[in-house]
Amino acid sequence: MKSDSMTDDPKPKSFPNDSVDLGVARANVEKMGKKRLWQSLEELSDTKLHRDFKENEFPSRYKDSDGINRRDVLKLMAASAAMAGLSACTKLPQEKIVPYVRPPEEIVPGVPLFYATSIPESGGAVGLLVESHMGRPTKIEGNPGHPGSLGGTDALQQASILNMYDPDRAQTVRFDGNLSSWTEFVAAMSNVRGRHIGDGAGIRILTTTVTSPTLGSQLKALLAQFPGAKWHQYEPAATHSARAGAQMAFGRPVNAVYHVDQADVIVSLDADFLQTGSGHVRHIHDFASRRSLPDGPSSNLNRLYVVESMATITGAMADHRLPLRSSDVEAFTRQLAAAVGVSAAPAQAGPNIPADWLKAVADDLTAHRGSSLVIAGETQPPVVHAIAHAMNAALGNAGKTVVYTDSIEAEPVDQMASIEDLVNDLNANKVDFLLILGGNPVYDAPCDLDFLSALIKAKLRVYSGLYYNETAEWCHWEVPATHYLESWSDTRAYDGTAGVVQPLIAPLYDSHSEHEIVAILSGRPGVSSHDLVRDYWQSQRTEKGKAFDDFWELTLYQGYVTGSALPSVNAAVQNDFLKQPASAAGEAGALEVVFRPDPSIGDGLYNNNAWLQELPKPISRVTWDNAAYVSPNTAQKLGINTQDYVELGLGGRKVSAPVFVTFGHADDSVTIHLGYGRLRTGSVGTGTGFNAYLLRTSSAPNFATGLQIGKTGKSYPLACVQHQYTVDLDGQKADKESVAAVEQRDLVQIATLDEFRSNPTFAKHDDTTENRDLSLYPNYKYDGYAWAMSIDLNRCVGCNACVIACQAENNIAVVGKDQTMRGRIMHWIRIDTYFRGDLENPEAYFEPLPCMQCENAPCEYVCPVGATTHSPEGLNDMTYNRCVGTRYCSNNCPWKVRRFNFYLYSDWDTKSLYGVRNPDVTVRSRGVMEKCTYCVQRIQEAKIRATREDRTVRDGEIVTACQQVCPADAIVFGNINDPNSRVSKLKAQQRDYILMSDLNTRPRTSYLARVRNPNPAIRA
Amino acid sequence: MASEGSRKSGIAVRPDPLHGSDPILAPGQTLGSVTEKISSIVIGKGNTTPGWIFGAFISFCLLMLLNTVITLLAIKGVGIWGINIPVAWGFAITNFVWWIGIGHAGTLISAFLLLLHQKWRTSINRFAEAMTIFAVMCAGMFPLLHMGRPWLFYYLLPYPNPMWLWPQFRSPLVWDVFAVSTYFTVSLLFWFVGLIPDLATLRDRATGRIKKIAYGIFSMGWRGSAAHWARYEFACILLAGLATPLVVSVHTVVSFDFTIAIVPGWHSTIFPPYFVAGAIYSGFAMVLTLAIPLRKYYHLQNMVTERHLDIMAKVMLATGIIVAYSYVMEMFMAFYSANQYERAQFVERMTGQYAFVFWTLITFNLVLPQLLWWRKARRHELTLFVVSLIINIGMWLERFVIIVVSLHHEYEPSKWFMFFPTKWDWATFAGTIGMFFLLFYLFIRFLPMISIVEMRTLVHETSETGPHSSLYPVPPEA
Repeated sequence: MKSDSMTDDPKPKSFPNDSVDLGVARANVEKMGKKRLWQSLEELSDTKLHRDFKENEFPSRYKDSDGINRRDVLKLMAASAAMAGLSACTKLPQEKIVPYVRPPEEIVPGVPLFYATSIPESGGAVGLLVESHMGRPTKIEGNPGHPGSLGGTDALQQASILNMYDPDRAQTVRFDGNLSSWTEFVAAMSNVRGRHIGDGAGIRILTTTVTSPTLGSQLKALLAQFPGAKWHQYEPAATHSARAGAQMAFGRPVNAVYHVDQADVIVSLDADFLQTGSGHVRHIHDFASRRSLPDGPSSNLNRLYVVESMATITGAMADHRLPLRSSDVEAFTRQLAAAVGVSAAPAQAGPNIPADWLKAVADDLTAHRGSSLVIAGETQPPVVHAIAHAMNAALGNAGKTVVYTDSIEAEPVDQMASIEDLVNDLNANKVDFLLILGGNPVYDAPCDLDFLSALIKAKLRVYSGLYYNETAEWCHWEVPATHYLESWSDTRAYDGTAGVVQPLIAPLYDSHSEHEIVAILSGRPGVSSHDLVRDYWQSQRTEKGKAFDDFWELTLYQGYVTGSALPSVNAAVQNDFLKQPASAAGEAGALEVVFRPDPSIGDGLYNNNAWLQELPKPISRVTWDNAAYVSPNTAQKLGINTQDYVELGLGGRKVSAPVFVTFGHADDSVTIHLGYGRLRTGSVGTGTGFNAYLLRTSSAPNFATGLQIGKTGKSYPLACVQHQYTVDLDGQKADKESVAAVEQRDLVQIATLDEFRSNPTFAKHDDTTENRDLSLYPNYKYDGYAWAMSIDLNRCVGCNACVIACQAENNIAVVGKDQTMRGRIMHWIRIDTYFRGDLENPEAYFEPLPCMQCENAPCEYVCPVGATTHSPEGLNDMTYNRCVGTRYCSNNCPWKVRRFNFYLYSDWDTKSLYGVRNPDVTVRSRGVMEKCTYCVQRIQEAKIRATREDRTVRDGEIVTACQQVCPADAIVFGNINDPNSRVSKLKAQQRDYILMSDLNTRPRTSYLARVRNPNPAIRA
Repeated sequence: MASEGSRKSGIAVRPDPLHGSDPILAPGQTLGSVTEKISSIVIGKGNTTPGWIFGAFISFCLLMLLNTVITLLAIKGVGIWGINIPVAWGFAITNFVWWIGIGHAGTLISAFLLLLHQKWRTSINRFAEAMTIFAVMCAGMFPLLHMGRPWLFYYLLPYPNPMWLWPQFRSPLVWDVFAVSTYFTVSLLFWFVGLIPDLATLRDRATGRIKKIAYGIFSMGWRGSAAHWARYEFACILLAGLATPLVVSVHTVVSFDFTIAIVPGWHSTIFPPYFVAGAIYSGFAMVLTLAIPLRKYYHLQNMVTERHLDIMAKVMLATGIIVAYSYVMEMFMAFYSANQYERAQFVERMTGQYAFVFWTLITFNLVLPQLLWWRKARRHELTLFVVSLIINIGMWLERFVIIVVSLHHEYEPSKWFMFFPTKWDWATFAGTIGMFFLLFYLFIRFLPMISIVEMRTLVHETSETGPHSSLYPVPPEA
């Protein structure tokens, strides 16, 4: 048996220690390599590798079960003792880090400190301010000074802090599945280096997209040392098409920086630029700034046209939206290009595009030369991006609404080609040593490359990542990587602004950063990440000595390097590509499949993040799973419905998936989200969704036609938090009724810009003011503060960031898929989604719903124990200690914003999760009701500070968690007793309205009505 | 001894002067025969029949199921039920209202009809009262079990504490605490006081030592003296006077749980009378459900006559019509008021996802009971038994519709969500049914299910030699 052979032979285990002799080491590597290969080949002899994989869940895991010996037990004991020591006394970072708000010399217990850092992402980092309690990061906020953030973040960035505390993270260095140590690893790497001095032909390094200037320079230096070595980059859902499109249009991979706020007319070609891709957080901010109607009816709005296959949040914000299969968008683009004067090769006969629609869009674009913008999406092939660049150039937008800079990547390469190259080298047995830094190629590499069979041909494989994932499973060395909150690094934002990643905490486990690993290979073992990053910047700056120290401190303080945005470059469109014939449009009636990163968990990195798994996806409101999204028409044609379990077949590959019928999806198109169906992930992600990568090939990474759908007759339950999944395709009764109710109940007030101008108070009710005081009791007089909130539905893009921010701030528990399906999700703020119009292409409306904080609160008078009471400042307070859990308050809440702990939902047992909790907020126990409090802990904190300084709380001093994170600035909180506060002014706007005002509960949360800006030339 | 004496007396019952051939007590009963008949069920030999054992065993098993549920509730929480947000009240409160409603008939029969001098109540009031007490015990468990943290139930009581915290008296749940606990206390006292002379009779007739001691303790030293009888009568009338308003008030207060809230489908002024009528409706249905098998099994047709069945069926018919009127008015007001939320609620009730429940309820509570217009149906045991069962189910469905269906379709369309009962929901309900029947089985085995003393009074009053038109029993051969 393989297990015996492994455990009987102690040599591979002792290899790193006594491997000073090169010859012995080489022999050992080969010996071990052969053994592993043989072992794996047995697995590989079965062609259905993935199925086997799933059934046995990594055979190498099991080899210890029957072969554990005394030495292993002692090692384990020693390691756990060491780990216990690690978790018990966290070492303070050795390096100097500088707080953002106040100096660190005096840590006041209970008073948090904020540090600036950045979250590295392939499309550009986002600057953050991280709240730290006694050296323990608890909450991520956007950095208002950072251009990629301006105070906002997206939901994934908000939730990334949970990854750091994830108990399922990789915690110790392992060799061959057994516990090892960093020292042994360093020795082994030095040995590898020793063998390859001067040559390096067998060395391969695979990274994700590198935007860190330091890491980029380290890797380049390494390649200079080893000319034969190769550096590959691969990330499944990075900006591949954008890079290739720029290459095609300009001859070099420039980076397009969109100034969405400068554009009056925006056309999105399957681009979900508010949700994914480079600079999307900033895009939300810039887009929303043009939807705010600051001067009431006399203000102007921008106009957004979206052509897309699946309804996204960008599509929901569109004034005009055209559902079109992703394979037909190129044809649309070519027709649009022709209409705005770009002579691209004509589209092949294809989709039925409404001519008046196309003409209206083209006219609108040409009427706004220099202030329009065409954005192509990542699901589109490079040529669409290139034509979009050509259109922007022809419309005079280049340099105005879109600016080109050098790439923010350290080494922009075609990543599909890069990984293919690596696989070829592996298959040719050219690779002796493969270092994989992050990513998870065994799981997410294009399926046609069969990365796993190639990977195991490398003789020594090292994986460094946050988790022991599918890739780590097949590598000899597994080195836990540091989370970005634990390590030093640097980044570039979407516009190239350099930011420093500074750690908030010493690594929780035996983790090490990419910088350190690369440094070992470069012959500098033991150099800290901090020194590497600082040295790099020292080399880049002209300042020396004290001047550099000042620069460095300022950079750490503000989180980014002032003025480091990349300068714009003159990029002229090279028109050769326009002549190339168009690729064939999708065959009429043929099914296409479109791959998109999941809006909640991304490409799979956040698969084990419970907050994100339970986050309802925009539009569909599905949690805990991905699905095959189809339009109602297609579902009817295929005879399938939501929750049917079907088999998706593409080019001989098959995967089973549940169906979800979604509104506004293009017909004959199926969207599947990446990131699910992981075989080796933590306890949270295991068993969620299906693996869409099993259909994704290197030749068609974005969409492919020829999808076959086979019924299995089974069904698969999906946890959808809004009842639209009950849509009955024949009657559609339930949905019609809810649509009618939404309109009658004035939940979402909508007007076009023209309607708003002719009737500025369209959102107001007639009956609100007179009937308010018809009561036996006099009104309570709110002296002092009167807290209130205003939510601008015209700004909100439904990105979900507030939901996660609230969850992180208020220690909100995760309940799991089963409980979600039972209607027990705990989010204090939810994004209600309503639709208007036909099922094929309805308008979608988002409505963030926190507690209304009613002055006449129906929940309060029914509580038998007075656990929910009204504060003199108008807050509807909740006393958890007093609550006995009758749930009467929830029954009586018209908005159903109260959440009940039906079980003990909060995790009281997992020690590592203690750290992420906000110490200012109670962790709720079983049997109590909870709800939004307008972040009362933040209110109290500001009030205490104001009292100590003998003043009143200033407007804007209290920022609720949802408000802080909102990239669109749609949520404003403040004191309505102060007529000059921002919230008072917003409430004085004509668009202000409250939900179901006829109930006279007098909510403190009010909304600003949605105003659309449709093009009169397009028939509604 | 009074009881011994009555057994010996040979007074014969004469035909009922008012009802001739349709008496409330079959002809031929004597003081001795009623005493013998009723007490022999309790202390006679061979009364632990296989039928009794079987029924009691099934009930016991269900009670153990209830124990299991309660244990699970204590360990895991109310999440074992199907409740959610928005339907935060499910089976527990449905069962609570249902059981409380059932209790009402007992109090109505024993107290209200006593004050109204309705003699026919005599032969059914004892077990109807027992039914009340057991039903209220079942009902009382649900508000406790349904709490998220039941161990803190005393927060609902105005007990002295150093923080000066009181219950929140505006909440109908606090009113419930007072209403239900008062109701239970008064009912229990009334029932026990009425039992004392009968317990003395049993004490005197019992043969076993344990029985003698047990009945002796609970008969509180009853000797049958004139002073005892006078105080007994006075206490009965006093307690009847106290209990009578409770018949109306308890279910009124229970209905406030709903009317006080702003939930569409709850917020309605018609609820108090509607709930009281519904309670009596379901209570009489339960009395019949119990009485029909009892009189058959224990051969009590002489005491619980067809006339009793007839009268109770008429009460059901009358209250059923009030309930039907309430349904119609509720619906009419929903549309007439032009309140869009109420309207949407009633459209949902009639056509929505729970429409089958609503229409079953209408069929069971409104349509099928119309059979009772026919005298033959009212006097046909099986028909009446089936109708009473149907009404019991119908009234449970009514509470389900009011509570669950209203909550699942409230103001905010994004939070319209179905309620699906889990097996534990059903287990809790079945468990309280088991508890109810086990208590009832024990009751008919160990206590006289018909009041001996009142039956003797009735024999006396309706006999040729006895004093006429006197409610008060004269101690026989005193």
